[in-house]
Amino acid sequence: MFDFGIITNWIHTQLTAVMSEGAAVFLECVIIGICLLLLYVVIAIIMIYMERKVCAAFQCRLGPVRVGPWGSIQVICDVFKMLTKEIITIRHSDKFLYNLAPYIVILASVMAFACIPISRGLEILDFNVGVLFFMAASSIGIVGILLAGWSSNSKYSLIGAMRSGAQMISYELSVGLSILTIVVLTDTMQFSEIVMRQADGWFIFKGHIPAVIAFVIYLIAGNAEVNRGPFDLPEAESELTAGYHTEYSGMHFGLFYVAEFVNLFIISGIAATIFLGGWMPLHIPGLDGFNAVMDAIPGFIWFFAKAFFIVWLLMWIKWTFPRLRIDQILTLEWKYLVPIGLLNLLLMVIVVVFKLHF
Amino acid sequence: MKRNVNIKSMKYEDFNDNEYIEQMLKELRDNGTNVIVGCLDDVIEWGRSNSLWPLTFATSCCGIEFMAIGAARYDFARFGFEVARSSPRQADFIMVAGTITHKMAPVLKRLYDQMADPKYVIATGGCAISGGPFKKSYHVVDGVDKIIPVDVYIPGCPPRPEAMLYGLMQLQRKVKAQRFLGGLNKGISEKEYERLMREDTNKAEDLKEYDESGLA
Amino acid sequence: MENRVDIKERMNAIEPSAVWSEAGDGMFKVPVSAFRGLAERLRNKEGFDFLRSLTGMDWGEEGLGCVYHLENTSTGENIVLSTADTDRENASLPSVHDLWKGANINEREAYDFFGIKFIGHPDLRRFFLRDDWKGYPLRKDYDPSLNPLNMENEGNEDEAPSYEMTPDGSYILKRHPLFEDQEYVINIGPQHPATHGVLRFRVSLEGETIKKLDVHSGYIHRGIEKLCETLNYPQTLGFTDRLDYLGAMQNRHALCACIEKAMGLEVSERILYIRTIMDELQRIDSHLLFIACLCQDMGALTVFFFGFRDREKILDILEQTTGGRLIQTYNTIGGVQADIHPEFVRKVKDFIKYMRPKLNEYNEIFTGNVIAQQRLKGTGVLSREDAISFGATGGTGRASGWACDVRKRHPYAMYGKVDFKEITYTEGDCFARYMVRLKEIEQSLNIIEQLIDNIPEGEYQMKVKPVIKLPEGSWYTAVEGSRGEFGVFIESHGDKSPYRMKFRSTGLPLVSCIDTISRNAKIADLIAIGGTLDYVVPDIDR
Repeated sequence: MFDFGIITNWIHTQLTAVMSEGAAVFLECVIIGICLLLLYVVIAIIMIYMERKVCAAFQCRLGPVRVGPWGSIQVICDVFKMLTKEIITIRHSDKFLYNLAPYIVILASVMAFACIPISRGLEILDFNVGVLFFMAASSIGIVGILLAGWSSNSKYSLIGAMRSGAQMISYELSVGLSILTIVVLTDTMQFSEIVMRQADGWFIFKGHIPAVIAFVIYLIAGNAEVNRGPFDLPEAESELTAGYHTEYSGMHFGLFYVAEFVNLFIISGIAATIFLGGWMPLHIPGLDGFNAVMDAIPGFIWFFAKAFFIVWLLMWIKWTFPRLRIDQILTLEWKYLVPIGLLNLLLMVIVVVFKLHF
Repeated sequence: MKRNVNIKSMKYEDFNDNEYIEQMLKELRDNGTNVIVGCLDDVIEWGRSNSLWPLTFATSCCGIEFMAIGAARYDFARFGFEVARSSPRQADFIMVAGTITHKMAPVLKRLYDQMADPKYVIATGGCAISGGPFKKSYHVVDGVDKIIPVDVYIPGCPPRPEAMLYGLMQLQRKVKAQRFLGGLNKGISEKEYERLMREDTNKAEDLKEYDESGLA
Repeated sequence: MENRVDIKERMNAIEPSAVWSEAGDGMFKVPVSAFRGLAERLRNKEGFDFLRSLTGMDWGEEGLGCVYHLENTSTGENIVLSTADTDRENASLPSVHDLWKGANINEREAYDFFGIKFIGHPDLRRFFLRDDWKGYPLRKDYDPSLNPLNMENEGNEDEAPSYEMTPDGSYILKRHPLFEDQEYVINIGPQHPATHGVLRFRVSLEGETIKKLDVHSGYIHRGIEKLCETLNYPQTLGFTDRLDYLGAMQNRHALCACIEKAMGLEVSERILYIRTIMDELQRIDSHLLFIACLCQDMGALTVFFFGFRDREKILDILEQTTGGRLIQTYNTIGGVQADIHPEFVRKVKDFIKYMRPKLNEYNEIFTGNVIAQQRLKGTGVLSREDAISFGATGGTGRASGWACDVRKRHPYAMYGKVDFKEITYTEGDCFARYMVRLKEIEQSLNIIEQLIDNIPEGEYQMKVKPVIKLPEGSWYTAVEGSRGEFGVFIESHGDKSPYRMKFRSTGLPLVSCIDTISRNAKIADLIAIGGTLDYVVPDIDR
């Protein structure tokens, strides 16, 4: 398995050779920041394109075909369009908060994005409480959405924001519980470490029953966390026109739009990392030849393949199911997912204590 | 400098009113343009023309055909009209599909005002163009161009989806021929904007019981 | 089956002052003073619980008045009443909104168009026109120059005026607030993805729960009824297609049938067959669109595309014969525009073969879906009594257990001779309304199947004079439209254009009951309720 740490370390030694340690670190931070944002944008573009093609396939349509081969640069057009659209100032809105809101959403999304280990040695934020940091960073997004709804001076936005507040804070709990279930299994909160522990089998296999339950809960809660159908109440098109971002135009709306798609990727990426081994290839203990072949495939391909598989799964759900109602969403969370999650956590503890896992 | 107003896999001659586009191009060319700005402009117009998002707006029969072009057989997502937005702030053009009545006229005007620049209007069907069969009625606006500026007219009652696609392509061509930098992008100053807004606010406050919820 | 009119004999005993007038279908003319008492007796004693249609009239010298079409839903008896007030300036009639809930909005309509004040009506605002509209457009002496295009935004009238009787016989104007100051009122529509056109609701919310709902309409009011009065009979046909464009065939069928009835014209069997088949194709088309739009509103976007995919197959068939996709302009007075296409029969058969298995697809993706069931079951319950009282016909009424199908009640065309089941449910909730339509697609396929092989030879267009003059009188004909009873009322004074033409909107009763059934529902339920009621706004506004 190729370790990107070799490259990064080499760059670091080259840089320290020509400048002081502090300056080198600063320069590296800048470069990494730029790379992170670039990757963020690329992922966003791929996700939006994928969404269009996938939903077109489900709906017996073609989707974009005109711009570029198979419509592949359609999203670039949209970006140009978005950038050149007017940003409307809303009368009687709280201008500062109104303009701040999309940036908070995107900031939270970028911070959470940085937590995902893409390949061996390609972890940007990786420390011993990484899971905790990820949870904290991703929940800042709610603040942005609430601000957007509150400051827009529109009743639709306000209802949308209140819905998302109730929904996202509730589902945060289930996301946390299902991640915690795996943390119990691994006894580490560091993402790179979590991936390394899956070298002899992914957690979804190693943790068997409780891990599978946790995985399913995570998918449901994660889907709700990013406001995607069937949990897309905050922006329920047929009810609230566009929910919390009704009044946003131009690139401000674009930021919400992009953040939504990347958040979906982040949720899928984390699911892939925690349950499906992240960049770790499929290893079956005892079959060395098989494992060697699997190792030949680079880690980031493993990671993206798993992440996009889960993205596809969530898209499938989105385009099939009708939307839930707000009371049903909260019932599902508080009456079903949280108790099941808690029991599942207990089950995992029992499994770990009595060493019933593989 | 010949600007490209072609639509992929469509013949230039197949479009009917090329004179209008050519006239538009000629006027633009007469002024001359900076190469860099021109190139940048080409890219922007290419992007804009391929990403025109409609407002989901329909008043009557034509609305059903508008839904039909979004559906599987006609699928306007192929051309980049993918995302029908329900919020006027996020839409690029409004397809006036159906009759506009006296009661609806101020609402339509308001919707148009709520859209972010650059914005376009397509008048779809006889009613939106001229009042259609209801021209003589006491409650029908004979032509939306009396209220808002129209870019493309699509005749028919209701127009076939093919006609609508053709009209949408004509809009794409028009957008391609336009110039975002210089002309289309008015770029009014913050101060001017504030002034206009205040003017508007004062007018609105005269109306008793003005609905603050914004969306009509 | 003719309408049973044995009430005619009994009427003398019920109200001696009512005068029978023979012209056309015939009606009882009732003096204003006796009207309210008669209405109460008919409603409570005689069981006339269904107000089919309420038509405002301007009889010139004879004053302003209304025509009421009543039906007893248990015996099928029908009666037509008319009453008029000769005082044109201050025309007033007693309100019957408390006897038939459906009268509420119909009376507002009559007030809006004719300026008839209904004494005792709780909320006599204009319904279609702007509050600042001058004059009453359907009066014969209306001057259109009074109301030029007004681009000012419309203010919200928050007070409902009502006229109440004082003991000395005069009436006073009272005003009641619609919404309190503290209420959180949001505006849904007129431009909103879930209102299916340009309908507007003002909804008072408590959290997400709907406390009160106020319907505003008229954003697509085109004044078709007034326009018809200036056109001759064949010209009026064009408007019917544009009323409820998802029931274009049926609407036009109703008008043609009404004119044919007035002319005393019998059409050939072939025409009846073709009309019936076309009506049913249109019904399937409309129900498919209903499912598509309902699912889209509820967030299941894929079903929307399925619905449109299957709908296109019908449009292809219709297009081949009629030349139109959505608006076919096919029926004419005394026949149809063109004979059926040689491939019509084969294509319809192919379609039936195609459609039956596809229905399962809807069941799999939507009907059986747990979220869909959770959201639809038990929401927006409309009781049978309310359905009748509001006059909510069509799938909505049948979902509430009211067998209101005009095809069974007053069979027309070939419906008396084909074998089909009237689908009824008793729950009255959104899910029942959805299931009724889904099942009706099957029944429509059955009807077509029985007819398609047996289309008899014959004329497709009877010989009709180019200028049609109807004798004096008034006629009412109803067909089962895609979303309920679509009726046409014509009053002729012997000219080549109608004196008054009124279309019984299928959607208006549906919209009038929306306030009742959506109270205490969530705002998301309102979308489901609106979707399952299945109204088409241009049909409401006319």
